[in-house]
Amino acid sequence: MGQIQLKQVTKSFGETQVIPPLDLTIHDGEFTVFVGPSGCGKSTLLRLIAGLEDITTGHIEIDGTDATDLVPAKRGLAMVFQSYALYPHMSVRKNIAFPLRMAKMEQAEIDQRVNAAAEVLNLADYIDRRPGQLSGGQRQRVAIGRAIVREPSAFLFDEPLSNLDAALRVGMRMEISELHKKLETTMIYVTHDQVEAMTMADKIVVLQAGVIEQVGSPLELYRTPRNKFVAGFIGSPKMNFIEGEEAAKHNAHTIGFRPEHIDVVESGGMWQGTVGVAEHLGSDTFFHIHNTGLGETMTVRAIGDVSLKHGDTIHLSPRVEEVHKFNAEGLRIE
Amino acid sequence: MATKASRSAARIMMAPAVILLLGWMLVPLIMTLWFSFRTYLPLRGGDQGWTGFDNYVRFVTSSAFWPAVQTTLVIVLGVLIITVALGVLLSMLLDQPMWGQGVVRILVIAPFFVMPTVSALVWKNMFMDPVNGVFAHLWRFFGAEPVSWLSDASLPSIIMIVSWQWLPFATLILLTAIQSLDSEQLEAAEMDGAPHLKRFWFIVLPHLSRAITIVILIQTIFLLAIFAEIFVTTGGAFGTRTLSYLIYQRVLESQNIGLGSAGGVYAIILANIVAIFLMRIVGKNLDN
Amino acid sequence: MARAVTSRRKLVNTTVAWAIGLLIFFPILWTILTSFKTEAQAIASPPIFLGFDWTLENYSVVLERSNYGRFLWNSILIAGGSTILGLIVAVPAAWSMAFVPSKRTKDILLWMLSTKMLPAVGVLYPIYLLFIKLGLLDSRAGLVIVMMLINLPIIVWMLYTYFREIPVEILEAARMDGATLKEEVLYILTPMAIPGIASTMLLNFILAWNEAFWTLNLTAVNAAPLTAFIASYSSPEGLFFAKLSAASTMAIAPILILGWFSQKQLVRGLTFGAVK
Repeated sequence: MGQIQLKQVTKSFGETQVIPPLDLTIHDGEFTVFVGPSGCGKSTLLRLIAGLEDITTGHIEIDGTDATDLVPAKRGLAMVFQSYALYPHMSVRKNIAFPLRMAKMEQAEIDQRVNAAAEVLNLADYIDRRPGQLSGGQRQRVAIGRAIVREPSAFLFDEPLSNLDAALRVGMRMEISELHKKLETTMIYVTHDQVEAMTMADKIVVLQAGVIEQVGSPLELYRTPRNKFVAGFIGSPKMNFIEGEEAAKHNAHTIGFRPEHIDVVESGGMWQGTVGVAEHLGSDTFFHIHNTGLGETMTVRAIGDVSLKHGDTIHLSPRVEEVHKFNAEGLRIE
Repeated sequence: MATKASRSAARIMMAPAVILLLGWMLVPLIMTLWFSFRTYLPLRGGDQGWTGFDNYVRFVTSSAFWPAVQTTLVIVLGVLIITVALGVLLSMLLDQPMWGQGVVRILVIAPFFVMPTVSALVWKNMFMDPVNGVFAHLWRFFGAEPVSWLSDASLPSIIMIVSWQWLPFATLILLTAIQSLDSEQLEAAEMDGAPHLKRFWFIVLPHLSRAITIVILIQTIFLLAIFAEIFVTTGGAFGTRTLSYLIYQRVLESQNIGLGSAGGVYAIILANIVAIFLMRIVGKNLDN
Repeated sequence: MARAVTSRRKLVNTTVAWAIGLLIFFPILWTILTSFKTEAQAIASPPIFLGFDWTLENYSVVLERSNYGRFLWNSILIAGGSTILGLIVAVPAAWSMAFVPSKRTKDILLWMLSTKMLPAVGVLYPIYLLFIKLGLLDSRAGLVIVMMLINLPIIVWMLYTYFREIPVEILEAARMDGATLKEEVLYILTPMAIPGIASTMLLNFILAWNEAFWTLNLTAVNAAPLTAFIASYSSPEGLFFAKLSAASTMAIAPILILGWFSQKQLVRGLTFGAVK
């Protein structure tokens, strides 16, 4: 079991309220990702759930029982920290065994569980080394190992991949996702990287300034962002927003097209502009286009290698059926 | 940063240190203040009641006061100038590539670990003794008349002994500061065409300024209170009576507690003025 | 850019630095050498540098005459006792200031530091009087307490700066792993802080060993440590250079060795972390 419910939770540091009243339910077995720009309160929210910070008002329930005043250790949650927070003076084995030792488990049981975890995470070869002798990816796995041996009711991840290099990050992303499939335990994962959120989550919680902007599955957020903030935050490159006359044609204050929903055409098209920077990735090409007469620089994705250069004139044809419309308050209009 | 439980635990854990230091500070301070307003001569009639500010007035108007202030200033300034100037030069030298750097460092630092009574006695007898001291031998070797250092040149002698003790401190701290100077900065200045002396003046010295300030402030606080070096060498004679030594004599030698306590209050005020500047620097450092 | 230092320049540096280093070290070296001379050779003119008859006689005379053992034992007890007592008080305090900081933490730290600035002479008589009243005058216990109190700010400060280098996340991880506060301090914090605690102990031991105001003024016979032992050589024994040197060497040798081990930590301890 691992259902977590936040009821009217707030958090203030001194006078400043960083989390206004907030309700959220995380269902058992769900992989939930908190995502938002830095300083949005996502890590604070995670630490409130962990019990590392006191909530100011409201309640937290874990599996139906009130956990608001429980110390972290009694909540049955395990956490993986951004810096891994491994104990530098203990071997990998001792690191993984530490929570079990704290739970006064029998040595035989500890050994068995540690070995099992080491097996799952491919740590057997390093089991007697110190964290200082391990690479970033290996440390990450030890941190995860330390979390899984306890068989917690939920895992909390605080930006666990941000200290890894790009290639490792993709690998660890897969490993964590697979781990979730295998264990079927609730996981709450904090990140500022919307790609991580999109690829891993069952449910994404988008936060801004302590407020939940939208909750939903990755594709829900991609297809029907509730407001301009979510629309701009989810999806890469960012959605193009257009205001004014062009938006008025759609009876909206602002309209948005994702870069992949604007086609590059030989001639004609609805809009045209000059190519600024062209990023050739091989599989795709991203054009940053100026002088469209529509406001800001526009980003467009073309499939394959399109040979337009800096300064060329480009013709664009947006897929009108993919338009996102927003009113003056930034809320979605259907 | 933390939960209520850990915050109350923290308060309990901090309590012993805070209470002890508070007691250590307040009890003697209040007693000193109390005595400073009383006529108190333990050997000649004991506590004879309130005298208002008499002790304060008497302390500063006594014939010993101004010479003591002057002596204190000369010693503190003399030692500061010598240790900081030589410290800067020495730390820059030690920062250069050389053979046996570690050993030289150890040689230079050693005097700091010599207890003050030992260094005072060794200097007094084995170096400054007018008959058998090393200096006397040296002077005779060059055909000069040996000097009775501690009576004829008492202040320079004390300054020299104390400087020898504190030069390692200044050097060590300035060396640590120099080593944190980004060598790319110096190379950039070199690329910009700044010659050696300019590089020292515009880059090294400003970089050291904070460390120098700290050295000056910390040393001042300790130098205002030097005791053993005077106690062992001259016992305050030959114009080496500093303010703290004067207070010490009033309290323990002439057993005039009221007068000595008034002097003590002056010393506390003086030290606090220096301390405030030091606190500012240290406090700023805490913020980052 | 790795600049090729000409070996000529390096040679000059080396020569000058060694000359200055030896000059600064000379008084100590001279003391050590003289301690192995006979009294006559110690005052020979011109002075003898190395070519004397090495003898240990001065050491045995000093040991016999002045009960060096008791002074040494007092120094060890006072320096060691005050260090351990100081740590017991300072570790919890530094822990809470480093890991559970509040708005007042900085003020408390600075205030603690300010007590270190209090000139001893200003409070000499009150302490003297209290010591008489409490029967602590010339007692080791009394000096242990005073040494502990005067160095407590430095101990707290040093520990605080060391503790602050331990990532909070590691302690939080321990908390998540079910460690109680006691277990957290015992199994995680202390092992990680041992290097810092060790150098704090070392510096404090040195400072207490060399302290020469309170040790001279609050002791007479029973509790007098090596500082007082040497001060008693002021005169007329001071004129016996070889014996003075032997006594001095015995008083400074232990601390000189400890001091050389602690030179790096020294800077941090003495500048309250302001220079690193």
